[in-house]
Amino acid sequence: MIQLPQPDPGVLSRRAAIVAALNDALPGAVIDDPAETRAYECDALTAYRCPPLAVVLPRSTEEVSRLMRLCHDLRVPVVPRGAGTSLAGGSMPTEDAVVIGLSRMTEVLEIAPEDRMIRVQAGRTNLAVSGAVDHLGFFYAPDPSSQLACAIGGNIAMNSGGAHCLKYGVTTNNLLGVTLVLMDGSVVELGGPMGEAPGLDLLGVVCGSEGQLGIVTEASLRILPRPAGARPVLVAFDATETAGACVAAIIRAGVLPVAIEFMDRPCILATEAHCGAGYPDCEALLIVEVEGTPTEIDEQLALIRDIALRFDPIEFRESRSDDEARRIWLGRKSAFGAMGSLGDYICLDGTIPVNALPQVLAGITDLSRRYGLAVSNVFHAGDGNMHPLIIFDANKPGDLDRAEALGADILRLCVEMGGCLTGEHGVGIEKRDLMHVQFAAPDLEAQMRVKDAFDPHWLLNAAKVFPLDASAPRRERRLNRPADAA
Amino acid sequence: MRPETEADLAQIIREARAPLSITGGATRRWPGEGAAAPLDTRGLTGITLYEPEALTLTVRAGTPLAVVEDTLRAEGQMLGFEPAGAPGSTIGGVAATNAAGPRRLQLGAARDALLGIRMIDGEGNIIRNGGRVMKNVTGYDLVKLMAGSRGRLGVLTELTFRTAPIPPARVTLSLPDLDAAAAIPALTLALGGAWDVSGAAWLPGRGALLRLEGLAGSVAERAASLSARLAALGRVEQAEDDPWPLLHAVGRDPALETWRILCRPSQAPAILANLPQPLSLDWGGALIHVALPAGSAPDLPPFDGHARRVTGAAPGLIPATDPVTRRLNTELRARFDPRGIFEGCD
Ligand SMILES: Cc1cc2nc3c(=O)[nH]c(=O)nc-3n(C[C@H](O)[C@H](O)[C@H](O)COP(=O)(O)OP(=O)(O)OC[C@H]3O[C@@H](n4cnc5c(N)ncnc54)[C@H](O)[C@@H]3O)c2cc1C
Repeated sequence: MIQLPQPDPGVLSRRAAIVAALNDALPGAVIDDPAETRAYECDALTAYRCPPLAVVLPRSTEEVSRLMRLCHDLRVPVVPRGAGTSLAGGSMPTEDAVVIGLSRMTEVLEIAPEDRMIRVQAGRTNLAVSGAVDHLGFFYAPDPSSQLACAIGGNIAMNSGGAHCLKYGVTTNNLLGVTLVLMDGSVVELGGPMGEAPGLDLLGVVCGSEGQLGIVTEASLRILPRPAGARPVLVAFDATETAGACVAAIIRAGVLPVAIEFMDRPCILATEAHCGAGYPDCEALLIVEVEGTPTEIDEQLALIRDIALRFDPIEFRESRSDDEARRIWLGRKSAFGAMGSLGDYICLDGTIPVNALPQVLAGITDLSRRYGLAVSNVFHAGDGNMHPLIIFDANKPGDLDRAEALGADILRLCVEMGGCLTGEHGVGIEKRDLMHVQFAAPDLEAQMRVKDAFDPHWLLNAAKVFPLDASAPRRERRLNRPADAA
Repeated sequence: MRPETEADLAQIIREARAPLSITGGATRRWPGEGAAAPLDTRGLTGITLYEPEALTLTVRAGTPLAVVEDTLRAEGQMLGFEPAGAPGSTIGGVAATNAAGPRRLQLGAARDALLGIRMIDGEGNIIRNGGRVMKNVTGYDLVKLMAGSRGRLGVLTELTFRTAPIPPARVTLSLPDLDAAAAIPALTLALGGAWDVSGAAWLPGRGALLRLEGLAGSVAERAASLSARLAALGRVEQAEDDPWPLLHAVGRDPALETWRILCRPSQAPAILANLPQPLSLDWGGALIHVALPAGSAPDLPPFDGHARRVTGAAPGLIPATDPVTRRLNTELRARFDPRGIFEGCD
């Protein structure tokens, strides 16, 4: 079970006054009825829930700034929220926190195709960013599977990735600038042309800081011309290790497909039952997608075919039409839904060096046997970002604890093999206490100093990212020095 | 002082009582840098891990850039961000200045290829951040913060980069008749279509330059289609030589000072209108280098971006940094280097 810190009793006792002050500051934007704040009590890590003190839905940078200054002066904790699709508990509130949600900030502010840039309010969904430039032949590259729902502000806070980041990079590589509201209400523009500004790369450290340094209200994003075309192939193997070795060989050969996706047998069986994509009967399969003009696609696929055949696949399935291409992707795209029908699951997100794939897959199989819980693998293999899904039964006493323990062991294995705890979902509350596995005390201290610089009172999303024991001295300093004494 | 190990380096910092200027090859200094006593990183050398099949290389900071490049080339790989180098450049300097060449358009700058670091802060603590995998959001990204920090927060001691395959084929198209301002629409056109351009620049005497890389058949196909589209803007040729290294060799006239201007490409024509012929344009017009008489400053219209004097005696930055950004820079420096051991400028 994940521990949550005790709420600040000083804040809870001032609840009515705080809500009144919020209402004064932003009439019509405050939600404090417990029946309605319930909608904000969790994100996509649904096993953990806590209703906030109140929710406020501002419409502009100026309104966010006004709210932040107020909360700062009252020493009330704040949890920023985009669409609430975090899988790590990043946007889960605490009882003493005001949630500042950006769901009303969805405007497009500027489209500049000649600068290959779009500027939007941070509550706009990822897909609606690409949607706004589609008619110009452009797209926004990072494409998390949650792109229909998740907001750009959440993407920036989590430095989200997607299936196509092997070629285009993750959010931080496609972010040119943000408007950031600091906890004390001050507003600052970070970044600039090419994402660069004089001085330290503040934009670089804000991206991926999980809503702990400020609230992003506007973002300038790099947009790219849409490629002429794309085509996937499916390669099936009789052993997961062979599929892993094939991924490393493709990378080594110098071909960089836009995506290399991996699915193992349990996942293939689940998706077949769910949507009947017609995948071959095999232990593991890869979906490799390349982009470009027809010539370019043919050239790249010929190379990939040569490499794959060296590994003696059961099948090398090419797509000769849009419909065949769609069927190749069908099972992969419905994988999470299909796994959901098997039972409850925990989705891990560890990343490993690509050449360690065969070993780590074997290690996960061992652990899964030892814990007696099924693990299924579906992930972005090209960049080593694994998504082992642990299947359990939430109604069976002790099963969640066992699944969490297995998850922790798998992540330890990833770190041991030279990888990390999370490749794209973020630390949140979920992996917070495992941070000690990856980082020594000075490493964490250096990160916490950054938060000290942006948010000296540790009011912003403070119970996340850092192990509670490591952040305790800083968080408790605030409790011992409430606003009226400060 | 030229320590040979990370531990010795940490010791030197702990015992330091006066400011130090962290120094690699001293090939990328800006005006005002390098005044304090040098702390030489060139004793920390060696590639500690190279896994071509995982596209990763780990190297100590004092290792010459040339050694890194030779090692990668032997395996058909490269630093994708194409850093400029002068004799003596170290890989630590490349990271600390966030170096980037023409391919920044496609693969980003040093910051984007840097996967992990080891560093020493102003109190002598050894700090690790990032790692050696391509996707990593575990904790704050101090890797980005340190890339381009120019020695103001700490000493980088070891770096892990994502490497890139060397593309098998390359073609450079040029539009020799275009002056700098006229080159912008040509570069913009090329970057706005699906040609996957890996360099978009302008050089005096060479005109607009566009680079296409990849597999041979695809490069030929893209070159033909792009040439056809560009023809309306001027005569298009295919370059016989490799002009891209010339972009690095600008601004050598000692009587003049070089300014580096970063802007939105759409604003470049207005900026160029008030300047003498630039030394070069890169990144589709987002980067302008121009030489001006010593002590002068460019006459710039209002624009998004900034201009910096990168050679000469006195620091120069337009516009001045806003107060909140300045405060955050100052706060971060105070926390990483509370005793003010590391020299630095804005
Ligand atoms: C089915 C499913 C599939 C997913 N697939 C992917 C995937 O492929 N790749 C991937 O990377 N992630 C994926 N995710 C995770 C999630 O969608 C991302 O982390 C996403 O970026 C979160 O965006 P959000 O708007 O929902 O943020 P929220 O959940 O609302 O918030 C996430 C974090 O960001 C902070 N935050 C939100 N908005 C702001 C802001 N404006 N300023 C500052 N901080 C802010 C919050 O405090 C919180 O810490 C998936 C999730 C689900 C449920």
